[in-house]
Amino acid sequence: MVVMSGAKALVEALRREKVEVIFGLPGGAIMPVYDVLYDSDIRHVLVRHEQCAAHAAEGYARASGRPGICMATSGPGATNLVTGITDAYMDSVPVVAFTGQVPTFMVGRDAFQEADIIGITAPITKHNYQVRRPEDIPYVVKEAFYIATTGRPGPVLVDLPRDTQVGEADIEFPEKVSIRGYKPQTTPHPLQVKKAAEMLVRAEKPLILAGGGVIISGASKELVELAEYLLIPVSTTLMGKGCFPENHPLSLGMMGMHGTTASNKAVLEADLILAVGVRFSDRTTGKFDEFAPKAKIIHVDIDPAEIGKNIPVDVPIVGDAKTTLRKILDAVKSLKEDRVKETPWAQRVAELKREFEEYAEKMCQGEGLKPPKLMKLMRELLPPKAIVTTEVGQNQMWAALYFKAYHPRTFISSGGLGTMGFGFPASIGAKAAAPDVPVVDIAGDGSFLMTQQELACSVSENIPVTVVILNNSMLGMVAQWQRLFFDRRYASTNLGEIPNFVQLAKSYGAEGYRVDDYDEFTSAFRDSMKNEVTTVIDVPISPEENVFPMVPAGRSFREMIV
Amino acid sequence: MAGVRSSNEQSYVITALVEHRPGVLFRVSNLFRRRNFNIENITVGTVDPTTARMTIVIKGDEKVVEQVVKQLNKLVDVVRVSTLDPENSVIRELALVKVHAPNSTARGDIVQFAEVFRGRVVDASRESLIVEVTGTPDKIDAFIDLMKTYGVKELARTGITAMVRGPKTVPG
Repeated sequence: MVVMSGAKALVEALRREKVEVIFGLPGGAIMPVYDVLYDSDIRHVLVRHEQCAAHAAEGYARASGRPGICMATSGPGATNLVTGITDAYMDSVPVVAFTGQVPTFMVGRDAFQEADIIGITAPITKHNYQVRRPEDIPYVVKEAFYIATTGRPGPVLVDLPRDTQVGEADIEFPEKVSIRGYKPQTTPHPLQVKKAAEMLVRAEKPLILAGGGVIISGASKELVELAEYLLIPVSTTLMGKGCFPENHPLSLGMMGMHGTTASNKAVLEADLILAVGVRFSDRTTGKFDEFAPKAKIIHVDIDPAEIGKNIPVDVPIVGDAKTTLRKILDAVKSLKEDRVKETPWAQRVAELKREFEEYAEKMCQGEGLKPPKLMKLMRELLPPKAIVTTEVGQNQMWAALYFKAYHPRTFISSGGLGTMGFGFPASIGAKAAAPDVPVVDIAGDGSFLMTQQELACSVSENIPVTVVILNNSMLGMVAQWQRLFFDRRYASTNLGEIPNFVQLAKSYGAEGYRVDDYDEFTSAFRDSMKNEVTTVIDVPISPEENVFPMVPAGRSFREMIV
Repeated sequence: MAGVRSSNEQSYVITALVEHRPGVLFRVSNLFRRRNFNIENITVGTVDPTTARMTIVIKGDEKVVEQVVKQLNKLVDVVRVSTLDPENSVIRELALVKVHAPNSTARGDIVQFAEVFRGRVVDASRESLIVEVTGTPDKIDAFIDLMKTYGVKELARTGITAMVRGPKTVPG
């Protein structure tokens, strides 16, 4: 035991958790911690708005698989984190957020910059803590990291009243924590595994639906092996994109509201679905009652509460995706000695794939710059392990549909919450985690404007990324719905040609390009890989452009618009 | 399904052992609000210095109860959750009933009724009596109904607490 301040204990505890980067912005109630960080080896990335600290922490976590850390002061600093924390909660991202708080004796008195961040974040965190004494800090930090990163990951917030940062105490650092109310189950039940294996071997038209859980548990290898052994096609959710290489003959691409025709048709025909690490979001399933009408469903998830929540399940399996897929694969191999060579279903799947490839090719044709074509171009220009983040809206769905991800942790998008403004700060976080690969934010003009001030962060912190703005001068996805469902009444979706994105970028010391054809785009995109600062490429597209295919909200996949 | 009400609704009794620390009741009640579950009744009592026990009655169908139990289990401060079978559990509630009793006839009647219900008179004045009565919610309803003849001036019910019959326990 050694006497030190709470702030020192915090930074030492972070060092012991092997924290390398913190995204944050200081203020009064967290200054004692920043004063210690000033002498620390831990890198602090100064954002220009706390929301972006949380998104950058998410980008960092999702690119690296390690927890992302963000920090803010009390009151408005803390409440500005809320959108990012909610985003992390919805997408199961391990983020640990630290907030300053007014001193303990002031809590509850509506002090200056006091906000009840524990009350505010209770429904959007896996757990949260308000520290009461300096000596509790190492225990709280250990528990916070343990809870954030194990089981189904998620954000944990630690609120630090100023007196607990300044106060000194006898500090000891625990090696381990044991929390009696928190024991995630990772090993699947053997009988359920056996049942699943038998059904998979017997099925004539099996389909795997792989989600973010496959990426989180690092189960891509097992997934590919199982799919190849039984010739099972693989669809992914938005969150699962990248967990199965999309250039693989068995890949059907994303399923859902803006899924590929291949995925959305296959799920209607399938007689068995193996869903792994998915939560059956309404954006993935369409109308719950009409999802996979001919199929039995095996659902593997580490969170028991996800099983049976939205979709009735025939074989529930609670367990870690990697462990469970490995055990299912072993059981399959003991039932069937040789791998499956050819099936009528595999032929049908190949046909569905061809059909979508032809459709995608058609979507690349026509006047002006076509987003599907831009996605293809970027894929050709980027190395396989490059990381793509997206904003939210049409840009995101074009990327999900037409940009093929080859590796896990290379496609990072805001799934559950659908947070406009997510992509750019997330790209900064991803680049901080993976400085050796190019990182591209596929953006829309509306989304990018929500967090564009982080150009200052990326330039001054020397974290160069590429931002490709698909600029239709509209809130494009809302405009698409207005076109389809609101009689073309464009209520408040016209953004105008504001700002001049090239000048905006340059005013921050970043590079800016405006391109008018595919050649100019290619050349600017190539430049951006070499530029030492962040590059913004403004790509004008038609405001009338729609993202297709599309299944209207709450409908069955039978009603897909192509 | 959470939030969807069906015709198979009935009351379920859920027992949760929780960490005895500030904010736990908030976390539990916040979860019910957020997931659109209806609490009919919630009681909390200390088991030992670190553990408290909550008894929660909710209305819903089997799917709702399953989700409630799973979601409660996800709270880090919740140690253990179980659903009680009402047929096989002891369920009790305590009520204090202040009854209008201005004359000796009324007082005599009320004392007699209290005895029938195994209640006790715990306070008396010239104009009123307080009766303490314990039992199942049905029994308490029946007693209150009887007292309405005299005039119930004030009523305080604890909400139920419950325990499974036999040697089985809700282990911490």
